[in-house]
Amino acid sequence: MSATLPPLSRRRFVKLLAGGACALVIGIPLAAEAAAPDAPDAPLPAALLGDDLHALGAYVRIDGDGNVVIGIRDPDTGTGLSTALARLIADELDADWNQVSVVPLGLGVAVRDGKPAWIYGHQRGGTGDAIPAAWADLRQAGAVARYLITQAAARRLGVPAERLRCQAGVVVAPDGRRFAYGSLVEAAGQIDLPTQPLPLKTPDRFTLIGQSAGDVDARAIVTGQTRYAIDHHEAEELVAVLLRCPWPDGALASIDAAPALAVKGVVKVVPLTPEPNLQPGQTLGAPAVAVLAADTWSALQGRAQLKVVWKPGSGDDSAALEQQALALLDNKDATGQRVRNDGDVDAAGKKAARRLEATYVQPWLAHATPEPMNCLAHVEKDRATLVVPTQAPQQAWAVVQRLTGLAPDRIEIRVPRVGGGYGRRLDHDYVAEAVMLAKAADKPVRLLWTREDDLAHDYYRPAVAQKLGAIIDRKRNILAWTQRTAGASALARRGVPDDRLWTSELGADQLPAGLVPNYRSDWYGLASSLPRGPQRAMPHLSNAFAVESFVDEIAHALKEDPLDTRLHLLGPARQIPLAGGRSLDVGRLLNVLQLVADRIGWKQNWLHSVNGLGLACWHVDGTYVAHAIETSLNGNTLSIERAVCAVDVGRAINPLGLEGQVAGATLDALGTALNLAVSFKNGQVQQKSYKDYPLATMAQLPNEVEVITVPGGDRPPAGASFLAMPTAAPALANAVFRVSAVRVRRLPLMRELVRML
Amino acid sequence: MAQAQARDLPSGSEENIVPEKIREGVDLLINGERFRHTGDPKMPLLWYLRDVLRLTGTKYGGEHSGADLVLVDGKAVPALGQTVASLAGKRITTVEGMAATDGTLHPLQQAFVDEDAIGCGYCTPGWLIAALDLLGRKPHPTDDDIDQLPVLCRCGCQTRVRRAIKRAANGGKS
Ligand code: FES
Repeated sequence: MSATLPPLSRRRFVKLLAGGACALVIGIPLAAEAAAPDAPDAPLPAALLGDDLHALGAYVRIDGDGNVVIGIRDPDTGTGLSTALARLIADELDADWNQVSVVPLGLGVAVRDGKPAWIYGHQRGGTGDAIPAAWADLRQAGAVARYLITQAAARRLGVPAERLRCQAGVVVAPDGRRFAYGSLVEAAGQIDLPTQPLPLKTPDRFTLIGQSAGDVDARAIVTGQTRYAIDHHEAEELVAVLLRCPWPDGALASIDAAPALAVKGVVKVVPLTPEPNLQPGQTLGAPAVAVLAADTWSALQGRAQLKVVWKPGSGDDSAALEQQALALLDNKDATGQRVRNDGDVDAAGKKAARRLEATYVQPWLAHATPEPMNCLAHVEKDRATLVVPTQAPQQAWAVVQRLTGLAPDRIEIRVPRVGGGYGRRLDHDYVAEAVMLAKAADKPVRLLWTREDDLAHDYYRPAVAQKLGAIIDRKRNILAWTQRTAGASALARRGVPDDRLWTSELGADQLPAGLVPNYRSDWYGLASSLPRGPQRAMPHLSNAFAVESFVDEIAHALKEDPLDTRLHLLGPARQIPLAGGRSLDVGRLLNVLQLVADRIGWKQNWLHSVNGLGLACWHVDGTYVAHAIETSLNGNTLSIERAVCAVDVGRAINPLGLEGQVAGATLDALGTALNLAVSFKNGQVQQKSYKDYPLATMAQLPNEVEVITVPGGDRPPAGASFLAMPTAAPALANAVFRVSAVRVRRLPLMRELVRML
Repeated sequence: MAQAQARDLPSGSEENIVPEKIREGVDLLINGERFRHTGDPKMPLLWYLRDVLRLTGTKYGGEHSGADLVLVDGKAVPALGQTVASLAGKRITTVEGMAATDGTLHPLQQAFVDEDAIGCGYCTPGWLIAALDLLGRKPHPTDDDIDQLPVLCRCGCQTRVRRAIKRAANGGKS
């Protein structure tokens, strides 16, 4: 917390006398306000005064009965943020965890000079940055609350506050007298707020941070009480489903709405057109015709009756794009974008004892979020209220604001727990649809995407083809490493400069950059009309598969143990500077690799086991991950017998939550690599349902994921929701090679394995 | 009968009352409560639960997702695939009907909590219903039995779900 924290104002805490009950409410000024200390404070959410806590604010509320309510600012898409953020605050408050409950805050927006001010600071989920941001500023909220409570106790006892101890929601006096927090809230309301940021606990005094806790919403989830956005209703709502043009750049040619309007319950048919000149994800993905009805079933039946003719747009075939990509990789004269060039690859070639080359191809992918896109929008003349399953409420707000022209703080965005994000919900095409329809219908609109809509109208992870090369000297050193990557960037048309489009697929610092003296990486961008966008673990997923598969191929060519090849390539523990001031801590990377190797019994088993063992390691923004996988093959049936994953993410806020994220990302990545691919013919997605886009069954996945978390010491915590993604697939492919002698260079793996067996 | 009684009433002002005709509909038994659906009998159960009864614990995830599983006479079936008409007289249980009336969680629900078998939680009701069906048929399921559960989960909770089912089968002990 910076020392420029402005004084906390009285308005930020109130003594509540709603229904006779007292409560102490504390908020902290966050970075956005620290930057504008003279600006008026955002008003305390009025909802605090009643039982509806939705508009709680970045606040802690302590009730007279001792219950503590903590507001969660970042969307929880299943990443465990609700639990982790609440524990950060509750630890600093020394709250009794059993008395803590949480509420999602929704978007915090106020007006400053006519512009939006994000009063809660960081509000984004599933992108790996929420935990570091919370570590930096949110603990102060707990510290302020504890300060007020202890000052109140000190006054009551006539004892200096320094001599009081706080512990699980109780202040303990030197003579052993105990005061529950709840009994002090009224007095705490009279205490002046501190004028400086309070010192935070030293780690040796943490009571919750570093200890495991189950998901705060667990009970509500298992009883079916958790309401996701899709479960929200509004009085007089209409349900909307859309028939979308198969081509993003197509157009509506003709429409016969009569049969749809004849369906009982159907109220209105509304054609919609994407706004021009906007980036993908900020307006509709394609022209569409909406059917608005009294309920979902009527809307779906109405949509089935719509007679619409589309004017086709440009339609790419994914197979043709792949041919283009492969041709570029083979064309030595093709001009690309240089991503990185260390040393002199060509000169190194003169010392070559061996040259190896391999080409890897990875498919288009959809997000297939468990909760499909949906949005509840109520747009009135002077205000808009939305329930949005988003990872980025500030971006959702921007879409609503553009379409309504409302003042910043007249737009309320509520974000309940979200049924999966994976990058899909950084885009807000569905919000634009809902707002346009709510305006057109002049009624609240509950928009629903069916699974078929979702698979057909995603912003897909683009396919990528990569040709990797290695030059090896007589002493088996990798002298030079080349990689050529061809694909249609996921970031095209998204405001990223042309010479940075490769950043959707590659990082200039990714392995083995920095480890081999001569390294060259080139990018060949393809133009395509197919819609593309952010995906979980971008830009690590595809490159890690190619690189970590290729390291294994090198080991095989050199008749080496792939673990030894990796250890040799990584070299001694040292710091290698990375762009952006970070460094690659080779020692930490070696450590996670060795941990998984030891756990799976690599030295005893890799050569002699009838099963196949595979390894992979990677680093992501100062965090480290390795996988070891063991597979067996019975006819055409591949089984993953064991999956071991080690991660080093610094301090773990909630070890149980971290373990869940690591195991979950491992299974997601394995299932994706085994089964999943999207293909396009004439611009249209061929996969219609989960039958064609088969997420892994339990039988395909390992029965356990053995997770090893490296103790983080006093390193600050990092996000870990996707850290375990990049290495799972290459470790699997390497294990498959050992068990089957088939080198899978093309995903999805099962299709390729069965073809080559 | 009702009209005859009305005529017997002394007050003349109520003589013209015609009792409402009993509305046609499908009688349903959901979580032990009786409901009558008077809308389109072909409406899938899922939309009836979610739109009409506002029982939103049963999720929409699409065909084959398993998020929409409900128990019909003890067997897990997708609510998207059943018309309301086909369920007349059958016993339907949704995730909301699993806990005891005093709020005590069903052993499976408790096991999911204890194993923290939750990612985003959107698929969780589906797993619970599928597991309820399985344990009803086979109180001590094998790994192969658990492998057959027809639920998809992109968050990757499968290993914890497996543990939770085994824990529930083992009387709550892991
Ligand atoms: S927990 Fe998110 S899909 Fe299973």
